[in-house]
Amino acid sequence: MFTRREALIGAAMAAAAAAAIPAFPALAQPAADISALPRQKVSLVAPPFVHEHDQVATGGAKVVEFTMTIEEKPIVIDDEGTTLRGMTFNGSIPGPMMVVHQGDYVELTLVNPEANEMPHNIDFHAATGALGGGALTHVNPGEQVTLRFRATRTGTFVYHCAPEGMIPWHVVSGMSGTVMVLPREGLKDEKGEPLRYDRIYYVGENEFYIPRDEAGNYKTFESLGESYADTLQVMRGLVPTHVVFNGRVGSLTGENALKSKVGETVLIVHSQANRDTRPHLIGGHGDYVWEEGKFANPPAKDLETWFIRGGSAGAALYTFLQPGVYAYVNHNLIEAAELGATAHFTVEGEWNDDLMKQVDAPRPIVIN
Amino acid sequence: MRFLTSKLLCSFAGAMAVSAAALGLEVLVPVSERGLPKLAPIRSTVVAPGSFIHPQPGEYLRDGRPTVAPRIAARIDEPIAIMTYQVSRDEYARCVADGACKPADAFGSGDVPVTGVSYLDATAYAAWHSKATGESWRLPTDEEWAFAAGERFTGDVEPLEEDPQNPAKGWLSSYKQEVDMARQPDPQPRVRGSFGTNAKGVADMAGNVWEWTSTYYVRVTIAPAGDAVESTVDNCGVHVVEGFHRTYMSNFIRDGKSGGCAVGLPPDNLGFRLVRERDGAVARLLSRLRTLI
Repeated sequence: MFTRREALIGAAMAAAAAAAIPAFPALAQPAADISALPRQKVSLVAPPFVHEHDQVATGGAKVVEFTMTIEEKPIVIDDEGTTLRGMTFNGSIPGPMMVVHQGDYVELTLVNPEANEMPHNIDFHAATGALGGGALTHVNPGEQVTLRFRATRTGTFVYHCAPEGMIPWHVVSGMSGTVMVLPREGLKDEKGEPLRYDRIYYVGENEFYIPRDEAGNYKTFESLGESYADTLQVMRGLVPTHVVFNGRVGSLTGENALKSKVGETVLIVHSQANRDTRPHLIGGHGDYVWEEGKFANPPAKDLETWFIRGGSAGAALYTFLQPGVYAYVNHNLIEAAELGATAHFTVEGEWNDDLMKQVDAPRPIVIN
Repeated sequence: MRFLTSKLLCSFAGAMAVSAAALGLEVLVPVSERGLPKLAPIRSTVVAPGSFIHPQPGEYLRDGRPTVAPRIAARIDEPIAIMTYQVSRDEYARCVADGACKPADAFGSGDVPVTGVSYLDATAYAAWHSKATGESWRLPTDEEWAFAAGERFTGDVEPLEEDPQNPAKGWLSSYKQEVDMARQPDPQPRVRGSFGTNAKGVADMAGNVWEWTSTYYVRVTIAPAGDAVESTVDNCGVHVVEGFHRTYMSNFIRDGKSGGCAVGLPPDNLGFRLVRERDGAVARLLSRLRTLI
């Protein structure tokens, strides 16, 4: 089903990927005798949470085994009951985060159950070669595949489904997630001093393009195939109907609001596989931010808003200084308030009058 | 003095809105013959006078900090004739067809409450409806709505916990209370009567359509000791909306989800019902006389 044009794009991408590989930091670790390495099986956890992991690696390189099952299913994405014909890694939008250390091997088994309609694969931005693994992981319904790649570069990296001719549709239907490759000695500031987090939250941002009927109501479809043509039409307009965190409007508010405490340091990983975004914590900051998500670069400090390029994941470290209810938004505020890209943090603790105080409560204007 | 000035300003603005709507009506033609569905007669319920505890709407400050709004022992001296049901899409469509109301944001017709309407739309409808019936109809005050809602009245979601040293306690407490209400969004309006009637015989109170009232937002500063009001600032650009809980919306807002705050439980829908002024009988008589002449 390759068109000539797509084949050419594919070739160009492969060439660019090959040219980009430098012969240094990432390859500083010698290849290991993989069969002799310890193996660790990790059970993945749905976002906004992340599976248990060490911040500083103990021992040498290992093979970390993950399994993800692809689930195609209708997913309600807002309070009105609008339904997306969703495609997901492991049932969640975004797919779960996988955490390893630099030099470790990621070994993923990707399962495409018989009940699914579509072939799928996975392109890891953290991996080198074969379109990020996309060329080696095609699975039809009823198949599974196992891919191993070495985590040579540190940082937060997007992964996504990338089947020929349908890449954007799979991505905007929910098929993206994040890999975090930590430096073996953990995160560091610009002076090389260690940085640690007490909690990690993983916010995946997605935009959806839901077709409408003549009356302006969102359409529902009986199958993925049936939804394709109409959805593509909306996608080509580049105006999303929804911009959400963790798969639906309000998924990280109310009962599911993120929690923290004054004095606690939180690492917020924010991924967007397709479109630029600009996270902002209302009333807080990014103490240390890896906008591009790559830990080999020193973190930017004291940011008000940070930029996440479409097709990447970034990380922001913040220590809460004041209690309250915080909104964590995409600071295109139209996308935050009207299209859904808002999360809340509830933060317990003591108020610091020195940082802020209402000196005089609202009252009628004083006329002298 | 300031108190008076600001109150007068709000009344003036209200009067302006109504009279503008009324002026618009002078050029209108009756609509009943335009192939619109035949409407059932408007049903109203007469709520008998009585007393009740009315938690005041608005925001109250004492010592420069938010404080729980006073709960006033209110007396309703005269019966309130209130629409048994919220104004329906079909009813509202008549006003639209007459050119006196703007089309609502919500699609469709039928015996379903009209939603996607602002305070301005609601007052325009009241003016049109009064003209059409020769009676005097208006939005209920918050006090009237609360009294008619009876056992279904909730009021503001107020923090259970306040700490003068830590304003965040109140914010977190309000947030938690809204979460604990465990109310799932329910945006699809239902056929009128779906939420049943309350003990006073009024239907669909506190369902999934919140209702505009004629009471505007106030911020009141109470004296450090006692209940004396130190100052009041009115904002007649914002009105009280009643329903499952009480909230406040700018007059032009038609969708409560967009009109609310960054944090908080938004109303599913905005609609309204009206009350008939007691002088309605007189007005009706005058109107009949006019038609006779």
